[in-house]
Amino acid sequence: MAKVIDFKYDKPTWCPGCGDYTVLAAMQQACVGLGLEPEQVCCVSGIGCAGKIAQHFGGYGFHSLHGRSIPTATGIKLANQELVVIAAGGDGDGYGIGLGHSLHAMRRNIDITYIVMDNHIYGLTTGKLSPNSQKGFKTKTSPKGSAEDPIRPVEMAIVTGSSFVAQAFSGNVKQMVSIFEQGIKHKGFSLINVFSPCVTFNKVNTYDWFKEHIVNMDEDESFDPTNRMDALRRVHEVESVCTGVIYREERPAFHETMLGASETAGVHLDLDLAEEEMQSLIDQFRR
Amino acid sequence: MQFCLDTAGTYYLRNSIVRGVHMNKQLTWKVGGAQGEGIDSTGEILATTLNRIGYYIFAYRHFMSLIKGGHTNYKIRISSEPVRYHGDDLQVLVAFDQLSINENLREMNADGVIIYDDKFQAELPEGSAVRLCPVPLTGIAKELGNVIIKNMVAAGASCRLLNLELQPFFEVVEEKFGSKGKDLIERNIKAIQQGYDYMKEHFADEMFQLPTAPQVDRPHLLMTGNEAVGLGALLAGCRFLAAYPITPATEILYWLLENMPNYGGKIVQAEDEIAACIMAIGANYAGVRAMTSTSGPGFSLMMEALGLAGISETPLVIVDVMRGGPSTGLPTKTEQSDINQATYGSHGEMPRIVLAPTTIEECFYYMIDAFNLAERYQCPVIVTSDLYLGMSKQSVDDLDMSRVVIDRGAVVTQEELDQRGQKTYPRYAVTESGISPRPFPGMPHGRFCALSNEHDDTGLEIEDTDGRVAQMDKRFRKLDTFNGGEHVSYKGPEQPDVVLVGFGSTTAQIAEAFAELSSTYSIGHLQIGCVYPFPTEAVRKILAHTKQIFVIENNKTGQLAQMLQQNVGMVDKVEAILKYNGNPFTVRDITTTVRG
Repeated sequence: MAKVIDFKYDKPTWCPGCGDYTVLAAMQQACVGLGLEPEQVCCVSGIGCAGKIAQHFGGYGFHSLHGRSIPTATGIKLANQELVVIAAGGDGDGYGIGLGHSLHAMRRNIDITYIVMDNHIYGLTTGKLSPNSQKGFKTKTSPKGSAEDPIRPVEMAIVTGSSFVAQAFSGNVKQMVSIFEQGIKHKGFSLINVFSPCVTFNKVNTYDWFKEHIVNMDEDESFDPTNRMDALRRVHEVESVCTGVIYREERPAFHETMLGASETAGVHLDLDLAEEEMQSLIDQFRR
Repeated sequence: MQFCLDTAGTYYLRNSIVRGVHMNKQLTWKVGGAQGEGIDSTGEILATTLNRIGYYIFAYRHFMSLIKGGHTNYKIRISSEPVRYHGDDLQVLVAFDQLSINENLREMNADGVIIYDDKFQAELPEGSAVRLCPVPLTGIAKELGNVIIKNMVAAGASCRLLNLELQPFFEVVEEKFGSKGKDLIERNIKAIQQGYDYMKEHFADEMFQLPTAPQVDRPHLLMTGNEAVGLGALLAGCRFLAAYPITPATEILYWLLENMPNYGGKIVQAEDEIAACIMAIGANYAGVRAMTSTSGPGFSLMMEALGLAGISETPLVIVDVMRGGPSTGLPTKTEQSDINQATYGSHGEMPRIVLAPTTIEECFYYMIDAFNLAERYQCPVIVTSDLYLGMSKQSVDDLDMSRVVIDRGAVVTQEELDQRGQKTYPRYAVTESGISPRPFPGMPHGRFCALSNEHDDTGLEIEDTDGRVAQMDKRFRKLDTFNGGEHVSYKGPEQPDVVLVGFGSTTAQIAEAFAELSSTYSIGHLQIGCVYPFPTEAVRKILAHTKQIFVIENNKTGQLAQMLQQNVGMVDKVEAILKYNGNPFTVRDITTTVRG
């Protein structure tokens, strides 16, 4: 039985107080809570501060390219569906450069868990506008305040076909671990957007700001996360500043329904074909 | 070094004309019309039947990027010996419209015959000796109740002109339309019969005599380069394809869609070529042989992925079926202008291998090589085919299954990992060969992180100078043992005065030009099947005493000629013969320039 330490590798280099520390910790605790062994889990990240998470997660890792964690993770999952695949990255990665891939993975219902560390800013490049920055937010690349409306990831994911949509906050590890466990267990695409404050460059959306504004939907017994329209309405009402499991539905995962779907993971296939099989493939050209 | 097959042998055979009856050692036939008129299916029926009765055929499709209208044609060269090129000349043209005559007349021999639809009045320039045979292609089809089967009337008329028996055609039609009902089969057969009868009745003395068909127990393989790529990939153990549809590479996707799932393989039509290539990298990392197939515009989008595969040392196979560029360029025309991008594309520096199959058979064999090389050297392997090779259809004698060998390269075993018993595995260990064994995710004690950043041996990012240099040198050391010379073929005397050099699909036309020029020149033919790492030693050895080098390539800037000069020197001896109008080379393009 693996322990949290088995899911750790080397020391992260994030700024002290960075929200990403608790995201990593919650990922590790969720894996232990689900009884997983490190070799069963593969963490795929993009780049930026959040992208470093794959190096420090004790399972297999792939620190891929900016915005490309989702296609990398898709390739891995379809090659070996036995692996638990967690894609992780920042808001620039998932909603900026990689947005197209995120949407397609949602509608395909690829069985991966996508954790986005959303700090509303580009941290590693020392404070630039992110697609999730609030309107009017001042950064080095928006000196007079952003003129753009931010992406609303939760609403977008529900509409696009993500079969599990949740939001967590780095300031509430207990809830985050529970959400991660549910997301990993969920069969199909799980988007978990995590408010993970950047303590160095975002002086607006701080821990205190989030604590003050967040509405915890998990505590609302009247809320039904299987009702799509209700979920959209509630998220809209709180301007997306909420946590909890927002939406879930049961739908077959892509690797179960795609052409060539099979019980045997691709990595276990015997590649050598019998001579008669090779011959019959060749003979289809004797037309 | 291996010596190439004798692909020529039929080039110099001239036709002799005996009043009306044309005696031929080989024959070229073409059907032309507007797109959407069933031009391809006319060609397909003829190609399939001729191949089945034992002839060797080579079929080339000329088409446009639209669904209906314009001009499209389908040309078949028919011979009793293997052919790999559709021929400079044309003897029989079936024209559905005047445009088809205008577009193709300059290609026609003086003894040529045009069968045309008599619904229009064919016009020829004054003095043209080409014979005209008006046939009511549309008229007969209409009488049979469906205007679209005018293509079958045309096939029947051609059948008579080529003095072929009808029965094999009927058999092919029955198989082709078998699932669509008796009525349709009968109508098609009637159309063929009536086209045949009309020719016999009205143009009894117009006839071409084909050589006797070779005796065969079973038909030759009839395949395109794209199909050969698909078959090669599948037999090489490829079990994952992610691709975005693009002309002229889509048939690779089609073929694998039909066949790979039967062997547990998975296929994704990705949202774009960026995703396609990166999905293939993900699957390869996870231990499944994976590839992507594309053409130039898609290949451009894969440049960042190429770098990722390079630095993370993830095997990757990319097939680039080249077409006219730049940008959208000429989507339906052939070109060989991507080898610079294949060789130098993506920022930074990384080891890679660029293979350029020269024949349809090599499209098959090189895919097996590509997967083995990608895993042996843990680097991207790019296979550059082109539209001409990819979409042309050829009778292939057979494929040598003994060349299907799967070598997965350095993969660490679970026993070794258990013996180490460590939490992480030094996937990027700096080894003498540069190659470090890789575990697959899922294996206990094999943990590592694949990285797009420069990294240490377990996959932690680093920026220290020594570590960087060690990893960079390690990656480049991997190709020290690679010998691109194995993919070079040479035919000719040991010390030729003149050498014709080509890469990829130009081999057939160069071979025919070489054979034609051999009687007057001390000449050799060098075909390069691996452009990177450039097979410098093998090429230098062949060219050492040469006085003149002609580099023949389908592009504007002479990319291979420049590579040759850069790697081998001989700058003053190299002359490039270039073609970039969208069409493949003719033999005459080459012989005329060489003769000066």
